[in-house]
This record gives sequence, C-alpha cells and structure tokens, in this order.
Amino acid sequence: MAMIGTLTTKERQIGMGLSAILLVLGLAMAGVARQGPMALHGAIAMILGLALVFMLGGSLYDQSEPSASRLTRYYDAPTRFGIVMTLIWAVVGMAVGVWLAALMYWPEATPPWPATSYGRLRPVHTSGVIFGFGGNALIATSFYVLQRTSRARLVDAVSPWFVLIGFNLFCVWAATGYVMGQTQSKEYAEPEWYADLWLVVVWVTYFVLYIRTLARRAEPHIYVANWYYMAFILVVAMLHIVNNLALPVTLGSGESFTIWSGVQDAMIQWWYGHNAVAFFLTAGFLGMLYYFLPVRAQRPIWSYRLSILSFWGIVFFYMWAGSHHLHYTALPYWVQTLGMTFSIMLLVPSWASAGNAIATLNGAWHKVRDDATLRFMFVAAVFYGLSTFEGSFMAIRPVNSLSHYTDWTVGHVHSGTLGWVAMIVFGAIYSLVPKLWCRDDMAWPKAVEWHFWLAITGTLIYVVSLWNAGITQGLMWRAYDEGGALSYSFIESVEAMLPYYAARTLGGGLFLAGALLCALNCRATMRAAGDRVDESDRPLATQPAE
Amino acid sequence: MTTDPKELDHADPHTGNRDVDPVSGYDTTGHDWGGIKELNTPFPKIALVALVLTFVYSVVTWILLPAWPLGRDYTRGLLDLDQQAMAVERLSTIETLREDWLTRFDTPDFETLSDDPALMAFAMPAADRLYQDNCSACHGRSGGGGPGYPVLSDDHWLWGGTPEDIAMTLQVGINAQHPDTRWAQMPAFDWMERSDRHALAEYVAALPSGAADHDGAAAALFAENCASCHGDQGAGGLLNGAPTLTDDAVIYGQDTASVLATLRNGRQGVMPYWSDRLRDAEINALALYVSRLPDDGAADGAETAQASGDTAPEATQ
Repeated sequence: MAMIGTLTTKERQIGMGLSAILLVLGLAMAGVARQGPMALHGAIAMILGLALVFMLGGSLYDQSEPSASRLTRYYDAPTRFGIVMTLIWAVVGMAVGVWLAALMYWPEATPPWPATSYGRLRPVHTSGVIFGFGGNALIATSFYVLQRTSRARLVDAVSPWFVLIGFNLFCVWAATGYVMGQTQSKEYAEPEWYADLWLVVVWVTYFVLYIRTLARRAEPHIYVANWYYMAFILVVAMLHIVNNLALPVTLGSGESFTIWSGVQDAMIQWWYGHNAVAFFLTAGFLGMLYYFLPVRAQRPIWSYRLSILSFWGIVFFYMWAGSHHLHYTALPYWVQTLGMTFSIMLLVPSWASAGNAIATLNGAWHKVRDDATLRFMFVAAVFYGLSTFEGSFMAIRPVNSLSHYTDWTVGHVHSGTLGWVAMIVFGAIYSLVPKLWCRDDMAWPKAVEWHFWLAITGTLIYVVSLWNAGITQGLMWRAYDEGGALSYSFIESVEAMLPYYAARTLGGGLFLAGALLCALNCRATMRAAGDRVDESDRPLATQPAE
Repeated sequence: MTTDPKELDHADPHTGNRDVDPVSGYDTTGHDWGGIKELNTPFPKIALVALVLTFVYSVVTWILLPAWPLGRDYTRGLLDLDQQAMAVERLSTIETLREDWLTRFDTPDFETLSDDPALMAFAMPAADRLYQDNCSACHGRSGGGGPGYPVLSDDHWLWGGTPEDIAMTLQVGINAQHPDTRWAQMPAFDWMERSDRHALAEYVAALPSGAADHDGAAAALFAENCASCHGDQGAGGLLNGAPTLTDDAVIYGQDTASVLATLRNGRQGVMPYWSDRLRDAEINALALYVSRLPDDGAADGAETAQASGDTAPEATQ
C-alpha cells in the first residue's frame, strides 16, 4: 500500500496499536450489544481494526521506510485518501437523494422492505452528502490548506489517518444504522450515543492536530482560511457535544434518551441544526473558498478588512439565529424575535465574504470565462450570496409564515448545498487532484466543462422548481373561502406538487450525472499520475528531527 | 520572527507594504501565505451603511416586539403583542365567518338545508374540503372507494344512504371504539367442510348473474348459514352491515376466490367514528355532501376531484 510507505516503522507500530484498540473496542461493542445495529457496528469496527492490523503488520518491516527528506515536503497522502472518500460519498449520497426525489413523484415505487422506506433512506442522503461528501472534503482540503498557508508540514503522520478513517467509520455507522431503523430522531444528529462519543474522540484529535500544526507556521499572521477551518472544527465540537447529550437505555443498547426535553430540546436541536449549517456547511467551505479561489485566479484577496468583518460577523451572529427555525411554535415570541433580528444582522457579514470573493476575481475575469474550475468557485460565491440573502429573508417571521414546512425550505437548502457547497468542493477537487497526482491537468479537461454545465443546469432547475413548489404550497395552505372554509384540501396541494417534483428529480439527476463524471475524471487522473514536482511547494518551517 | 510588516524583507520602511496591485491600485497588507496576498483595500462604505441599516432594523424590532429576556420576564415591546393571543384572534375571525352558515347544520333537517341554494353554494365546497381531508384517503378522491372500502358515489349502502344514515355512521363509526358504534361481523366459516365451502362460494359468486341454482345443496347451505344476515337468496336490504349479494357491489369482491377467502377468514372492516374530530354541524354537512355524491357531487364543489382524473377503482364487482 502506497499510503503505508509514507509511514516510518514507528508510526506503523503506533498505527497497529490503534487498530488493535479499535478491534478490541468493536469486539466489546458487539459482545455487550449481542444483537441489533450496535452489534453490527461493533462487528464493522472489529473488521476494520483487523484489516488495518494486517495491512500495517504485513508491511511493518518488509516495506521500505520513507526517507528523512519527507520532512522537507508537505504530507499529502491523507488528503489524497480524503478526496477519494469525498468522491465515493458524493456518488452514494447524491444517488440516494435522486432516488428519494423520484419517490416523491412516484411513491408507488417504494420497495416493500422497511430498510428501503423513505424515512430510513432520507437521513442516508442528508448524512451522506453533508458528512460523507462535505465532511471528507473539508478534512482533506483543511490538511492541504493548513500546510500551504502555514508553510509547515503536519506535525505527525498518524493522527491525520486516525481523523479520516475514524470519521469515515462514523459515517458508515450512521448510514447503516439509519437503514436498520436506528435514530435519535434529531435532524442531522441521528446517530446514536456510541457513534457520537466516537466522533468526539476523532474531532478532538483533529483539533489538536490542527492547532499544533498551525503553531509551526512560518508566516506570523494566520490566514483567513485557517480562521474559518478553526471555527468549523471548534464550533462543530461544541454543537455536537451539547445537542447529543443523552443517556443510553443500557450500555448494550443502541438507543438513548436525550437529556433535553420539550421546547428546550427543540431550541437546542435548532441551535445545533442552524449552526451545523453555519459552521459545517459555511465556515469550513469559506476556508476552502479563501484558499482555492485566489490561488486559481492568481489574484490577491480583495480586502483584508472585509475578511475580518465577515469572519467575526458570521461567528457571532450565527450563534443566535437558530430560533428562526421555530417561528410560530411553542418557543416564546421573544426568542423568535431575537432569532429573526440576528438573522438579518447576519446578512451583511455573509455578503462581505461573497463580495470579497467576487471582487478578488477583478483582473481575472478572462480566467473565469476560460477555466471551468475557477468558474465553479465563482458560481459558488454567487450562490453563497444568493442563499444567505434568501436565508435572512426567510427568517423574517411573516415571510416564514408562508415558507415554513413547505418545499421552499428544501429549495433554499439545496441552493446552498448544490450551488455553494458542492460547487466550491468541485472547484477545490479539480484544483487539487492534478496537483496531488503530479500532473498538469485533469485526465479529461473537457469533462470539467461538461460537469460545470450539468451542475449549474441541475441546480437551477432544482432550486427554481422548489421555489415554485414551496410558494404554491404555502399559498394553498393558507387560503380561505369567504365562508371561512379552507379553499384547498391538503391532497390538492400534494397533487399540485407533481410537476415540480418531476422537475426537481430531473435537476437532481443532472447534478448527480455531473458528480459521476467528476468521479470518473478523477479516477482517470489518479490512474495516470505523472511525475511533476513543484519544488517551491514545500514547508519553510523546519520540522524538528524525531 | 517579527510580526511587524515594516521589518519584513523588501517592505517599504514607512508603510510596511511590499507591493502595489496593478489592477486595483491598492497595496497589499504585507502578509504572504504560500503565495496568497491580500489587499489593503479601505473598508467599503456601502457595507458599513448596510450593516448599520440591519442594526437599526433590529433595534427598532426589539423596541416594538417581545425581544430580550429579563430573568423570569422579558421585554414586552411597545406593540404589546402576544403570539398566542394573535393566533386565537385570527382563528376566531375565520370561525365567525364559518358560523354564519355552519350553525344551520346543527339541526339535521336535510331537506330544508338542500332547498337553500345560497347555503349550498357555501356549504358544499366546504364539505368537499372536509371530505378530501378526512375521507378521501380510504374512499377515494371522488368517492370511488377501493378494495375493502365502499364506493360512496353509487346507490349501494351497507348501513343506509340517506343523509341521516350517513350522519349516524359518521357519528359512531363501524366496528369503531365508540360505545354506540355500528357493529357487524362476517364470521369465518372455517369449520365448514371444504367441499361445502367451495359449493357455497360458487353459489354466491353466481348470485349477481342470476345463474345460481336455488334448488341445489349449496342453496340449502346458504339458507341455513347466510340468509339470516344477507336475506333470502342474498337479497339483502336489511341495513345491518351485511351486503346484498345480488348486485355485484360487494367491497371485498364476489368472484369465487374472493368469496372463498371471505368464508375461510371472515371479514370485519372498520370505519372510525368522527364525533371526536368533527362537530355535529360539520358531520351533517359532510353527510349531505356524501349523500349527494352520485348525482350532483361535481356541481357541489367536488369539481377538483372530478377534474383530477381520479377514476374509481374496480372494487365493486
């Protein structure tokens, strides 16, 4: 295995030790649980631990160690692994999404097994794309960006692997658990207590690795991208721990009760939910944008001051905005007012980042025209601006009375996730893959252009159809006759959705086709790795000898 | 390593800046992160103005609406709004509109009600919404029924099809939790000899076409076991929940195989009672609407159901 070749004998021994611990942990889980999802998850951990022990043990002495000169280069092997996982989860998560979109149009097609019901597959889609696709992309690019902007190598070679493999184990536990019917019933926080605990260990390791590497930076100031990545890591840890505080029914059961109750539970959940959008789906990806866009455009960031306003505005105001998910509910009115006003004040800091990114392209517009990779990033910045405006607008209470519970919300989310998050990830992937596999360009440069148009067409069809769907639903639900009776029955509002659901399936299908093309293009590029070495792409800070 | 840009290599000793960007004309801040630089662009005024505007909006909102917690209390806001009170007020406005015509349905004098076209123009579209939201999931968008669920748009009724009968069925349900529920059961004839059961099934299946042999052994079995509920030779009409067997309208099907399944396992369909969910006037309006489904349902506001192309499933054979 090429990856193991990047580890010294001592690092391989540490890796073996950790894998053995995972094996024992999995065995203990399976043994205590005996049956159900937790037992299967224990078995998965056990098999993974065993496979890693064999892989590392088998090559402990007979594969040559890396030379000491490795310390004068960046450590990119984990990033390469992370990108492969990003692409796998993209295809899986988006395919499940398109399938579910088709079921909305054609519910009779639901297969007759519990495991394939809509309710169980829906979190496979959301967790698959947010955590599997988005999370792997964030971790992989954060390692890359951290090293380049600090001009320092990652402080150790084992913990990045622990973070990536541990995170993907969490994602696999999550997806397989949902299919077996296991859930905490908290949106975007469905995995059960033991998976949550495991993620805490992974995340703390991630944080320590990040901050230790950052401490070695050659440039005294910390680059904006790293502010955002740090905010992402730190706040996600906080959100995850608080929202998932729960008591297991027994230690051997994959079920638990949350310690929160009633309206407090709802408030904590949406404080978590909204800040998952803010710090998982926004802050981390802004870090990505702040690195890959100026590098690709070869332009300096337009305004340092705007970066500061945007960063502190976003991290401060987002924290208050979660209650706008609970307008017109049992949540007290004053909490709703605060959520609404802080959502409005969030708009300018959000637009400051979008504007900063777009103004950075001044002087490089010809590149946006010619280079689909840079165009992905430009479109990402535009959709970031659009969806943050839409979000602040929908947080206004009377607007929310129309949009809440409708497909407008789903359309809004996808304008952010397809138009902003996925676009910036694809931009980063097309920048990174040739570089990390030592080539000048992707294997099929024209496919990048195709992917761009598939992605933008799919996103527009998806978002526009669900705007129409949501506003239609909202208006139908609130319409009364002059006699005070409802103007429409609920089933009529469902039937009115059919054309929009068909269109959104088409839009999602186009987007998925683009992602598939990206995965194949990356695979072809990886298989035709070159030998281009960029001599200037190396750490300035010296790594202490071991 | 110094953090002062003025002391960095090639920096202007006065400003600390190292180079000027030819496109924007601005200096950089002097930092360099592996090739990335950033411009020292002055803060855009429009951003500042916009930021202040959002702050003003928020402060005004805080003054007008409930906003900040104060220990056990919170700032009430100048408008003194309360979301509970506002919701109740809006609901009562709508309810007042509805009371105007709905109270007339409190007394189930269906003939008088039907004779008032102005009332019907309000009531039947409203009853259609009630029907679609509460009944259509089982009985179909236009009363076409489905396997196990009666057709409501024809003339075949298990418990009577007058508005009064339907209102009673809605009030108490069939085999429901209500203490006065209508109750009926088709018992299982699993104790019967297999050959007898087959003969009986063939006899019943032949009843609608008139091809049944009324002098055979099967007819005797029928008279002995079935006629008390289904009437002589399946003529029915006893309004006891047992269907007429001569009109091809049995909801579980009347081919030999279906009848055999019914004989072997028995049947006991359930219709929930609605008196806990709908008030009497609503039930009466709904009963009238359902009773009118076959002839003028479309004219009464069920046009959306008709227009949707919903066809009645073949459940009545």
